[in-house]
Amino acid sequence: MLYDVAADLLAARSQMAFTLGFHIILACLGVGLPTMVLIANAIGLRRNDPAALLLAHRWSTVMAVTFAVGAVTGTVLSFEMGLLWPVLMGRFGGAFGIPFAIEGLFFFLEAIFIAIYIYGWSRLSPRAHLLSGIPVAVAGIGGTFSVVAANSWMNQPAGFVLGADGRVAAVTPFEVIFNRATFYEVPHMLLAAYLVTGFLLASVYALGLLRGHADRYVRLGFLIPFVIAALAAPLQVAVGDVAARGVLEDQPAKFAAMELIAVGGSHQPETIGGILVDGKVVGGIQIPNLASILAGFSPDTYIPGLDSIPVDEQPPTAIVHLSWNAMVGIGTALVFLAVWGLVLRWRRRDYANARWFLRAASIAGFAAVIALEAGWIVTEVGRQPWVVFKILRTADAVTHAPGVQATFVAVIVLYTGLGAATLLALRGLRRRWAGQDAAAGGRAYGHAMDEAIPYGPHQGPEGPPP
Amino acid sequence: MTTVQGTAVVLWLGLTAYAVFGGADFGAGFWDLTAGATKRGAAARALIADAIGPVWEANHTWLIFDLVILWTAFPPAFAAIMSTLFVPLTLAALGIVLRGAAFAFRPVAPGLPERRAADAVFAISSIVTPFFLGAAGGGIASGRVPAGNAAGDPWTSWLNPTSMLVGSLAVATCAYLAAVFLVADARRSQPALVDYFRRRATLAALAAGALAVAGIGVLRVDAPVLADELTRRGWPLVVASAALGTAALVLLRRGISRGTRVLAVGAVVSVVWGWGVAQYPDILPGSLSLADAAAPPGSLEALLVVFVVAALVIAPSLGLLYYLAQRSRLVHRGL
Ligand code: HDD
Ligand code: HEM
Ligand code: HEM
Repeated sequence: MLYDVAADLLAARSQMAFTLGFHIILACLGVGLPTMVLIANAIGLRRNDPAALLLAHRWSTVMAVTFAVGAVTGTVLSFEMGLLWPVLMGRFGGAFGIPFAIEGLFFFLEAIFIAIYIYGWSRLSPRAHLLSGIPVAVAGIGGTFSVVAANSWMNQPAGFVLGADGRVAAVTPFEVIFNRATFYEVPHMLLAAYLVTGFLLASVYALGLLRGHADRYVRLGFLIPFVIAALAAPLQVAVGDVAARGVLEDQPAKFAAMELIAVGGSHQPETIGGILVDGKVVGGIQIPNLASILAGFSPDTYIPGLDSIPVDEQPPTAIVHLSWNAMVGIGTALVFLAVWGLVLRWRRRDYANARWFLRAASIAGFAAVIALEAGWIVTEVGRQPWVVFKILRTADAVTHAPGVQATFVAVIVLYTGLGAATLLALRGLRRRWAGQDAAAGGRAYGHAMDEAIPYGPHQGPEGPPP
Repeated sequence: MTTVQGTAVVLWLGLTAYAVFGGADFGAGFWDLTAGATKRGAAARALIADAIGPVWEANHTWLIFDLVILWTAFPPAFAAIMSTLFVPLTLAALGIVLRGAAFAFRPVAPGLPERRAADAVFAISSIVTPFFLGAAGGGIASGRVPAGNAAGDPWTSWLNPTSMLVGSLAVATCAYLAAVFLVADARRSQPALVDYFRRRATLAALAAGALAVAGIGVLRVDAPVLADELTRRGWPLVVASAALGTAALVLLRRGISRGTRVLAVGAVVSVVWGWGVAQYPDILPGSLSLADAAAPPGSLEALLVVFVVAALVIAPSLGLLYYLAQRSRLVHRGL
């Protein structure tokens, strides 16, 4: 079979990156939304609050849609591990397949209980219904832990012995799962999930508040997700800081690319913006000594540069560096937003009237998604040319099947449609709810309350549109 | 039993579960497609949507389970299958995306045209996906997938008589299982549809039976090794499948629903295990044995532990899900 290796490799990498970048947004919602829904549901039941119950009910409908899209795009990823990277799986499946197997367990639980929760609104007792949501939130966390542990293993492979045939000859599962990168990647990703979900959801209600709808429903819809995201934001910066030092120690090439360090040494500046051209930083601004100070708390900290890495083992610098800047910039900005909210509270100002605060909050969701994608670009592109760090090159892992370029195009088309359909479906839901609210002359609380009553009337899928 | 054999059994259990639960799920889409015009088919479609709504995601998680077990326990086999059978498996993956997304979008579609489009996508992908998965299975069973990175032929590995047979058989079996399950669902909530699905179950059973009989001839010519092993070692299972399938057919003809589900499931399970027994001890017939493909003991033991935990945690949870669904405690919520 004749094929163009370089073009196929590029197509395979792009397809993997594209489908992962798509899935990860839904994955964040799959981890974060159940928590938000459960909080709203619990508030609703405890305080007998119809606004909270209506929010929980509507959010769970959103969750049904995004979970389904997350599940199918995740299934595609599982296929792609073999379709695109058969050599990676054939040689190392025995090692880093183990966390994936644990992931499978958690996603099974998640799929089961999410169905019980979503379909259980009308005919389970309110208490049983609420309880059925808890495994969903827990399984989301467990699933994230396992799948990110698999990714960490690619960055810091451990817990196996290589045989003469290049295959894994002995495996210690515990060391595979708890490799050196697991400790910073997993919490960082979990926090990212709550940040993304929280700020995305808060963004929607911030827009509502800006339009002057400041009833309890909109306020609560803003507050619950915003508070969670605001709590996660500072923690995220702290964990990211630990992660950065971990990367410096474990993956110096990635760190050098992140910080645009061409020549190793102490007193390294922090570069914001700019790119590396012929070993020199062009453009951007530099803050003297800052990179060294952040990395080791002293300007004397030595940071290895790209000069200590063989040329054919260096990652691309521009994209890694700029993505790194984007993530850190946004992460810092999100902390400021959280503090802003806190200050408003201290000064007893009503955030519903703080228009600049709400404007900032209304773009925070989008910004968090950008930070998420940027972070993954840093991690994945920064690992290049390795797929398994220092052990297997991406170029050697790719499939020899012809047709990757065609599937890449097909996937782009399909996912564009999928993304558009998801957004259309969500917009359709919003309109439908607005219609219900208008018909009820306020908020359609009766709707949620009816639904929450066990054995209440229910509307079949073929029922008339409300 | 060695750990390798134990893991192989776990893999096959997962495959069986997917064939039964995923199969019934796909088959429901088949009946959705053939239910007729929007108005006429509305009642059947509503029953189908109610029946699979709460369970489809769980049903399909079996596929994930299988992929993960395969790549962890028998990595080179996974690599060989996914690279040689790149085309049908890519198409199956795309079918899964389309199907799941369409199903999820259906109830939230803003208007009738969108809803119709989602219906069509759901139904067509419900047929295409099991066909390609079956075709891939046929390629493996007939020894057309050698170990290595895309070492087999990218086209004839799945465009061959055995693959076409197994693909069609997969579609027919899915339809059969679904119809049998839907008869039971109809009895609970829409008695008017009992006969409707009973007729369809009978038709699907006859189609699957006819394909199976024709298949004997196809396998003799196209996959003689598999055919030999099926008659030599797999015959009790082949016979069991035929007997159970016939018994289910008789009950259906007599209008008795009790027991048809067990018999139909038994018939499908026997076929899947017949295949497994026939190609044992190879995972890629003629090219790679289970033992040669197996990951180190540490990996297999970890998998077996995961499996035990799964059996302890997932089985009761699934039981709860199916129990609640069968008792009509999980219903489509108003939006
Ligand atoms: C909302 C998202 C978000 C935000 C605000 C931040 N990050 Fe992040 N970051 C991610 C989301 C993310 C991620 C989920 O995309 C990554 C990719 C892999 C991972 O474990 O988390 C990531 C990776 C990642 C890595 C690479 C880890 C590796 O390659 O193994 C480092 C060093 C940091 N981050 C550091 C930071 C710092 C110092 C931040 C703030 C000032 C920060 N991140 C904010
Ligand atoms: C835990 C989960 C993940 C696993 C197991 C994983 C695995 C992989 C694999 C196998 C590749 C191809 C080989 C390579 O290029 O090194 C890859 C590449 C890539 N992934 Fe990930 N990935 C994960 C998460 C993500 C996420 C969430 C994103 C989000 C954007 C992402 C972005 C990328 C990018 C941009 C590439 C291409 C890198 C390049 O080739 O330059 N990854 N990943
Ligand atoms: C950082 C990376 C990832 C995270 C945090 C993540 C998280 C999640 C979550 C929370 C779900 C539940 C569905 C949803 O909420 O939409 C999900 C679904 C899924 N993911 Fe991912 N995922 C990641 C990457 C991957 C990768 C690399 C693969 C495969 C190789 C994968 C395979 C799957 C599968 C198969 C499902 C469907 C499970 C089901 O049937 O319910 N995921 N993922």
